[in-house]
Amino acid sequence: MSGERGLRVDGLTVAYETARGPVEAVSDVSFEVAAGETYGLVGESGCGKTTLGRALGRHLPRGGAITGGRVSVDGTDVLALAPAELRRWRASSLAVVHQEAGSALDPTMRIGAQLAEVLRLQGRTRREARMQVPRLLDRVRLPDPEAIARRYPHQLSGGQQQRVVIAQALAARPRLLVLDEPTTGLDATVQHEILGLIWALRAELGAAVVFISHDLALVGRLCDRVGVLYAGRLIEEGPAGEVLATPRHPYTSALLASAPQLGRTRRTHPLAAIPGRPPAPGEAGTGCAFAPRCTYADDTCRAGLPPLDMVSGRRTVRCHHAANLIDLSHDGPAARAEPTAVDGGGRLLEIQGLTRHYGGTPVVDDVDLTINRGEVLGLVGESGSGKTTLARAVAGLGPQGSGVIRLDGRELAAGVGRRDARIRRAVQMVFQNPDASLNPSHTVRTVLARARRSLRGTLAPGELAARADLDAYLLDSRTDRLSGGQKQRVAIARAFAGDPELVVCDEPVSALDVSVQAGVLRLLADQQRRTRTSYLFISHDLAVVGYLADRIAVMYRGQIVEQGPADDVLAGPHHPYTASLVEASLAPLGKADAYAVGDVTAKDAVGCRFAARCPLRVDGLCENEDPPLITLANDHTVRCHLDATGLPEATALEGET
Amino acid sequence: MRRFLLRRLAAIPLTLVAVSALVFAATELIPGDVARAILGREASESAVRALRVQLGLDRPAATRYVDWLGGFVTGRWGDSYTLKVPVRDLVLDRLGASLLLALLAFVLLVPVAVTLGLVAGINHDRPADRVISVTGLTFGATPEFVTGVILLVVFSVKLRWLPASAQIPPDASPVEALNHLLLPALSLVILCTGYVARHVRASTVTAVESAYARAAELRGFTRAQVVRRHVLRNATVPATSALGVQLQFLLGGLVAVELLFNYPGIGALLLQSAIDKDLPTLQTTAMVLGILYMLVVLGADVVYRVLDPRVRLGVAAR
Repeated sequence: MSGERGLRVDGLTVAYETARGPVEAVSDVSFEVAAGETYGLVGESGCGKTTLGRALGRHLPRGGAITGGRVSVDGTDVLALAPAELRRWRASSLAVVHQEAGSALDPTMRIGAQLAEVLRLQGRTRREARMQVPRLLDRVRLPDPEAIARRYPHQLSGGQQQRVVIAQALAARPRLLVLDEPTTGLDATVQHEILGLIWALRAELGAAVVFISHDLALVGRLCDRVGVLYAGRLIEEGPAGEVLATPRHPYTSALLASAPQLGRTRRTHPLAAIPGRPPAPGEAGTGCAFAPRCTYADDTCRAGLPPLDMVSGRRTVRCHHAANLIDLSHDGPAARAEPTAVDGGGRLLEIQGLTRHYGGTPVVDDVDLTINRGEVLGLVGESGSGKTTLARAVAGLGPQGSGVIRLDGRELAAGVGRRDARIRRAVQMVFQNPDASLNPSHTVRTVLARARRSLRGTLAPGELAARADLDAYLLDSRTDRLSGGQKQRVAIARAFAGDPELVVCDEPVSALDVSVQAGVLRLLADQQRRTRTSYLFISHDLAVVGYLADRIAVMYRGQIVEQGPADDVLAGPHHPYTASLVEASLAPLGKADAYAVGDVTAKDAVGCRFAARCPLRVDGLCENEDPPLITLANDHTVRCHLDATGLPEATALEGET
Repeated sequence: MRRFLLRRLAAIPLTLVAVSALVFAATELIPGDVARAILGREASESAVRALRVQLGLDRPAATRYVDWLGGFVTGRWGDSYTLKVPVRDLVLDRLGASLLLALLAFVLLVPVAVTLGLVAGINHDRPADRVISVTGLTFGATPEFVTGVILLVVFSVKLRWLPASAQIPPDASPVEALNHLLLPALSLVILCTGYVARHVRASTVTAVESAYARAAELRGFTRAQVVRRHVLRNATVPATSALGVQLQFLLGGLVAVELLFNYPGIGALLLQSAIDKDLPTLQTTAMVLGILYMLVVLGADVVYRVLDPRVRLGVAAR
């Protein structure tokens, strides 16, 4: 085996010790990744992908053990190494980057010291290590490496932290690089940059790269080949482009269908959630683990485990019907387009000159915004742009400031405590984190019954739950027993317990898996269609906003830089910042980033807030003078010094073709 | 840091005014007549009345409070009613003795408790952890005068290794002085170790299971290296507040140990002056202890800030 380069996994099986005996979390997984190749591992939460990633470094959590198979990297049999050899192998050949880089850095050590420590482990002297730290930081494209090295982790942004962790990974010359959801939780533009960096480095390193993600589209953009994992087994494998374009396993196809894409809206392409959830380790029966959720399943599927068959030269599928189910193109027939018409019910919510400060810094800066009756207004922006503060101000929460909020022409008090009961019932909120917004010791029935009483609703808890697609048997479960998706459904059911006129949704699906997210988005769309309630829908994910919104407002550093009908905002001509968001979710990786994120901490309130990052900046003008609000078309406004002809347009947008 | 210190120091006088009012009110509430207590049951009513006038006790409470507070602030602490010596000498002398005992106990406590907590945390849910945790809890639940008596009987009465009285003879050498203080200090260490070790254990478990410790192990560091470089500091920082609480306790709450070992500390003084209705001593002692408490809390916060860059540099400083 020696002499062979890259990662080779053979029949790898991992089991966890439980009260009921050992259960397999990863079963008989085999794949190869050549040196220099990037391999994507995809699946929902609970499919075993993180366990598999950890098994590659032989670093399982307590109670976990590799019970079978082989892992070899460049010919080294990793599972056969003695403890001291394993440490040397990890130091010289392995690099792992996890989700949430912030927690992978020691909060009490300076960045430079943490990098130097890794270099010292590689045998460099103290002096050499100190000399090399800035070079490493430079390699991951961090500006001003000397200054960064002196900082502590909490003084860096999430994207910068992730770069530092990648720099640590580069300190050795790893032969195997495992990236476990390295960009989850980062803003779209930052995510794009980090992926671009990984893309550039993988060629430089020549290592076998394993990229673990729940996001198939992302894997498709980055990886050469992809393996889809379900219930601990590989169920489909092949070149990334082919698998994404023509999935051969129903699960792969369902995963693709559940992911929102730019240019597809709830009216043209309703998302299809995958019903149910993946089986927990040890739960799967004898047959195909996906059978209970599969629309094509028959008795054959339930009877026996399908083999992993080669279906063409480079692709394998684990499905009894692989031969028959050739056309699983996830597009499906474009659903009959619903009338896009927003009923002309007039203005429901008007915000004028709204300003909110946190500690002297304007977080929401003179915002004007209108939401019409029966309309979904999508609000996008990166973290720190002020969108949550804006949402909370509408709900009457958070700090007070100047500006006017009117509902139905009546001015609202800034604090929710001073709004009358009718107004409070009319404006409801769905929060990002249902763990925090639902009382964990209450049952679903109690939550909904209470909401009905306080919101003067007419529907019984059972009916409210049914409308939110919650199974009746969940009514008497405590909310802390529910999954993330179920909790969010309860939160939505609660918001609709009365007869709300406006529901403020603050990142309601950001914490959810793609397949679960699809179900919740669909529920939100259904509720909206049924009740004609207006939404203020907030997300950092442009595709999610594009799916749900009738109109889109784009927020940057406290200001609305653009608002208008969803299609116009996405297609352009649009604000350069909007263009950067569209590019981040569509443009291929590896091309030079036009929109450097940089270190945008300037607090000056003069000129265009986006000037420092804008590739179309007019020097001398943009950074000094506030841009005017220009009207492009009916109801589509952009805050920019450029005129309509100078504004960028999206080229790659997959429209309704 | 300077702003933080200034702000906190500025808050101390305000707190002290509140403390002084409480202390004064409490001493007013002590039942019984002060002058009668001083002169004894046999004294004539006129002598008692004369003493009350002499002590100024016939004046309204508010006037006396303002007088007393003014005196305290300007350092005129008056004379003890019963011992007839300046309160200042008395309190500072006793305070010095108490500080000596408390600091000795603290110096012994920190390494013992932190080490035990670290060992328990690194081996959490294993036998070593169980033994340390249960022992710590047991000793923590045993009153210090009980452990004190046991220590006395074993080391002083049976083995005759150490003196029974903690009172240090005036001409004692430092080693002799240490011998006198060791038993009371040990009984305090035994009492406090469990509490501090539990805090250290909890933060050690968090640090050991943290993503940064795991990442370091994946980079090929040995367990010992990970503990030394990443766990140690992260585990001990949160424990500083627990140590601050213990230091406060050691400085003021030692009445039982002082009485048991016949040690002239400030706790015993506080108790005695309360029994004797020796108001100047009682009020001043309470105020001095109050100031000491506040300084210890401030000290613990300062140490925390020095050790934890997130607090020192502010999360908002991104």
